[in-house]
Amino acid sequence: MTPSPLLSLILIPLVTALFCMAGAAPRRISIFGAGANLLLSLYLLASYNQAIGGFQFVSENPLFAAYGISFSLGVDGLSLVLLLLCTLVTFAAVWVTPKIEKQEGMFYACLLFISVGAVGAFASIDLFFFYAFHELALIPTFLLIGIWGSGERQRIAWKVTIYLAFGSFILLLGLIGLWLAAPDNLRSLDIRMLQQLGYAGLLSPGPAVYLLLLFGFGILIALFPFHTWAPEAYASAPAPAAMLHAGVLKKFGLYGLLRLAVPIFPAEIQQFAHLLLVLLLGNILYVGFVTIAQKRLNLMLGYSSVMHMGYAFLGLAALNQLGLGGMALMMFAHGLTIAALFALCGEIARRTGTLEFSELGGMAGITPKLGLLFGFAAMASVGLPGFSSFAGEILIFFGAFARGATGCFNWFQTATALALWGVVISAVYMLRAYRRVFWGGRGTAVKDEIADISAGSRWAIILLLAALLVTGFRPGLLLEYLNPVFAYLPQ
Amino acid sequence: MDPQLYPWIILFTPLAAAGVILFVFSRRPTAAGSIAVVAAVLACFLSWRVFLDPSLTVTAQIPWIEIPGVFSVPIGIILDNLSRVMLVVVTSIATLVFIYSAGYMRGDEGIPRYYAALCLFLFSMLGIVLADNFVMMFIFWELVGVSSYILIGHYFRKNSAADAGKQAFLVNRVGDFGFMLGILMLWLATGSVVFSAVEANLSSVTLHPGYLTAACLLVFCGTIGKSAQMPLHVWLPNSMEGPTPVSSLLHAATMVAAGVYMLARIFPVLLAAPEVVREVILWIGAVTCFAAGLMATQQDDIKRILAYSTISQLGYMVVGIGVASTADAAMFHLFTHAFFKCLLFLCAGSVIIALHHEQDIWKMGGLLRRMPVTALCMLAGGLALAGTPFFSGSFSKDNIIEWAWMNNRAGFWVTASAVFLTAIYTFRLLFVVFLGRPRGEHAEHAKESPLVMTLPLVILAVPAVIAGYPWFRRFFFEEMPHAGAPAAAHTIILAFLGAGAVLAALLYLRGPAKDPVRIPLFANRLYIDNFYDWLVARVQGGLAVLSSWFDRWIIDGVFATGAARTVWAAGYVLRLLQVGNLQAYAFFFGAGVVAVLYFLVFR
Repeated sequence: MTPSPLLSLILIPLVTALFCMAGAAPRRISIFGAGANLLLSLYLLASYNQAIGGFQFVSENPLFAAYGISFSLGVDGLSLVLLLLCTLVTFAAVWVTPKIEKQEGMFYACLLFISVGAVGAFASIDLFFFYAFHELALIPTFLLIGIWGSGERQRIAWKVTIYLAFGSFILLLGLIGLWLAAPDNLRSLDIRMLQQLGYAGLLSPGPAVYLLLLFGFGILIALFPFHTWAPEAYASAPAPAAMLHAGVLKKFGLYGLLRLAVPIFPAEIQQFAHLLLVLLLGNILYVGFVTIAQKRLNLMLGYSSVMHMGYAFLGLAALNQLGLGGMALMMFAHGLTIAALFALCGEIARRTGTLEFSELGGMAGITPKLGLLFGFAAMASVGLPGFSSFAGEILIFFGAFARGATGCFNWFQTATALALWGVVISAVYMLRAYRRVFWGGRGTAVKDEIADISAGSRWAIILLLAALLVTGFRPGLLLEYLNPVFAYLPQ
Repeated sequence: MDPQLYPWIILFTPLAAAGVILFVFSRRPTAAGSIAVVAAVLACFLSWRVFLDPSLTVTAQIPWIEIPGVFSVPIGIILDNLSRVMLVVVTSIATLVFIYSAGYMRGDEGIPRYYAALCLFLFSMLGIVLADNFVMMFIFWELVGVSSYILIGHYFRKNSAADAGKQAFLVNRVGDFGFMLGILMLWLATGSVVFSAVEANLSSVTLHPGYLTAACLLVFCGTIGKSAQMPLHVWLPNSMEGPTPVSSLLHAATMVAAGVYMLARIFPVLLAAPEVVREVILWIGAVTCFAAGLMATQQDDIKRILAYSTISQLGYMVVGIGVASTADAAMFHLFTHAFFKCLLFLCAGSVIIALHHEQDIWKMGGLLRRMPVTALCMLAGGLALAGTPFFSGSFSKDNIIEWAWMNNRAGFWVTASAVFLTAIYTFRLLFVVFLGRPRGEHAEHAKESPLVMTLPLVILAVPAVIAGYPWFRRFFFEEMPHAGAPAAAHTIILAFLGAGAVLAALLYLRGPAKDPVRIPLFANRLYIDNFYDWLVARVQGGLAVLSSWFDRWIIDGVFATGAARTVWAAGYVLRLLQVGNLQAYAFFFGAGVVAVLYFLVFR
């Protein structure tokens, strides 16, 4: 087996998780392991050779040769950006984790296992492991909600897991269809190979397989109308788990669509673009309105995360360099933003014991630092320029709008215009939430003795926000990795 | 130092100051204030250097988004007459307001936050002024929005201030929605977002006049939001919840004028667009300037009177874009208005502080003797606002109205009769506040404000009087083409002014305790705010609750929970399909609905 730094990227959190389960001081080694992984992903970004491009740091290790399954790792610009997202959010998530009363070691192990699953999925270039790693991450998600969650945690844990398992099952059917579609002698599970076949037009699995992938991945991403699992799950999950799932693991579905659907199914994406546009407007407008109606901060954040997925789908539907580049950038930005918001939401809940808007209010006066950080994160969420969320969204809008022509609006332009209204909607619910929680008169649950955010949590969130600001001021830092991935597409 | 760097230093100094205040001096009010003032003074000094060196151009750009061969948005700087004038106006007024704030905000607990937001504002505003392309302008456009949000919400514990900040941001977002869509349309038509390239490539779009009209009107939506034109004007009076220096700098002199500046920037595009575009602009402006005038006549809060007057004056500027053959007509009024309106607000602030935060004009009175400097400065600003001959406002405003006479007679009558309203509310304000007897305890014991506040007043009073004279104007603007209206037009304007002044004198000179004539329709702002409250609470709120209910009981409930109750009836169907769980059922149901919709709509 050829050694690859990518293997370390998977092994570090895996070994750390095992140590946590074995009873080592979990918090300290988790922060250490996650920090090492963050540095490693930065190192990979820095040493990726952009002049050559394509998949690098490749290692292949055939396991079941009869089925063509091989434990192969490799990354291109797109997966590197997502790996950075994953390691950043993992690091922040273990950092902001408060004192856990029961089974502390298991808690950290579960967090790190989600990270292992996400890193593995983003770094795998073998279809089997790409799928298997994501499935692996669902188990700790189930445990985190079921054991450490709040509210009706067990019912929600089951619901989420069955829902996601069902989505994964549809996805599996799609992946099998994809595998079978290749000519016998070229059949492969190697994503690079599948992409090449796709570019060469040798692989045409047809619309049914595309729809299986779209809805399989779609359920995992909370595509309307398969979204109702998400807000409940995020509201019930402990904050670090919500950060990792909403911030990172949900990006797996979008990543899969970019990785598989875009190279192999360009014609089908076009063919079903109308369907996708209608569904994504369901995400943006309909779920947007549902978000406005929420009376609890955690549910509102959960719905807002569902809503934002609509923009990512708009980038996919655009199917051009602008839209897809914007989509990838937006995935990165959204992951950081929602992670920061869920972390802060957890901080609020620990201080006040409630997330009901009606019981909160005026917190900025007592916890100014918490208020300031939440303000920054909220502004990132509404797509304020300066944060990379804005850069991602604007590229998506330009990309989708470019699919029309001067003259009468076509479907794409109409959808873009409607999706733009989502920018107003997200400002409505975010500013309302900020107003209800941090401004105005003192809420009944907001007591004088509440402490401001601790230095540790503060720096974890500042790290996320700083990453958003740096990539927002210089989107080029990420775009130089992302552009080549989609450069073959027409404008 | 290379003068090429000056504009960049001007732009980024305030941002750096904001960062330093936020991260280093967040608990040191005095240091925060000093840093902000130093940054403003530096920006101001360099702006004058740039202004006085007309040969200076900046070619360097910072790439922001770059997708080779497909799309590029640079951060680039445009230096022409328009931006040079705006630079000196913005930085000079900002400097005075920054200094004045030191007096006004004394003792406030949030001074570092206040100054950090002011610096962020200055950065964003300068970004709008210097932007050489639509996307860059939009970026800074949003950033002034957020700094305005923070500053209006400065007294965030007050519910009214918290609501006003939120409302300002949201209303502006509605305008920005149109602005962005317009930018997308112009970009698709011309292949660029850079102003000069859009103008140059516009000829290719003339094939689709409807498209071009829509694009320009959507861009104009940005102005409607930012410059508080009807029907998106409601946020500006509420923004008076912010500290008075903020009202003066953002919500009177500079930020709200950004909408007009943007129109002036794209004036060639508007000229190339079908005529109906400028006609719509003219009428939005004219209706705004008249209706806001009506509302101003019956307000009791000194700042709200000035706020409605700002809306009205911005309406004049927008009319100027709609009727004149040069954007300089509107820019000239923006220029004079910036001085006299900033002055009026700072004077109002001086009064408010002297009266221990009393803002109701019916509790003032007789302040001329007690606060002579403030009173005289406010008189100068008021006369300029009303358009009294020999004061700055008369030159710029009459110019616009005369253009209307030449190009749109109906527009002339609307804008000219608004002069009557301007005179009424201006003189009402001056008479009630400064003449007669004090109507309250605080007014009785009012004292003149300290020098740090009165000095900026006196400095501002000078341009508020003289900024309109041709010898002064020539220093800032190129020679303007004359409207060429006959003397009759000017006489009509003066008649309206005189009539308004006389009426105000008859009503208010006797020192009444309350408005002798009360018109509920105007006092209640034509009930437009109530309409919006209803729209947000009932329509948006209703839709949201309905969607939420649907999501819970139909999409989630019926699909998952409700199905459990009917599952025994449909059990054999599920068994046939070999899937035992409810989520599968839900999935098939959902897929079925979507498939049916899809084939109904698209096939």
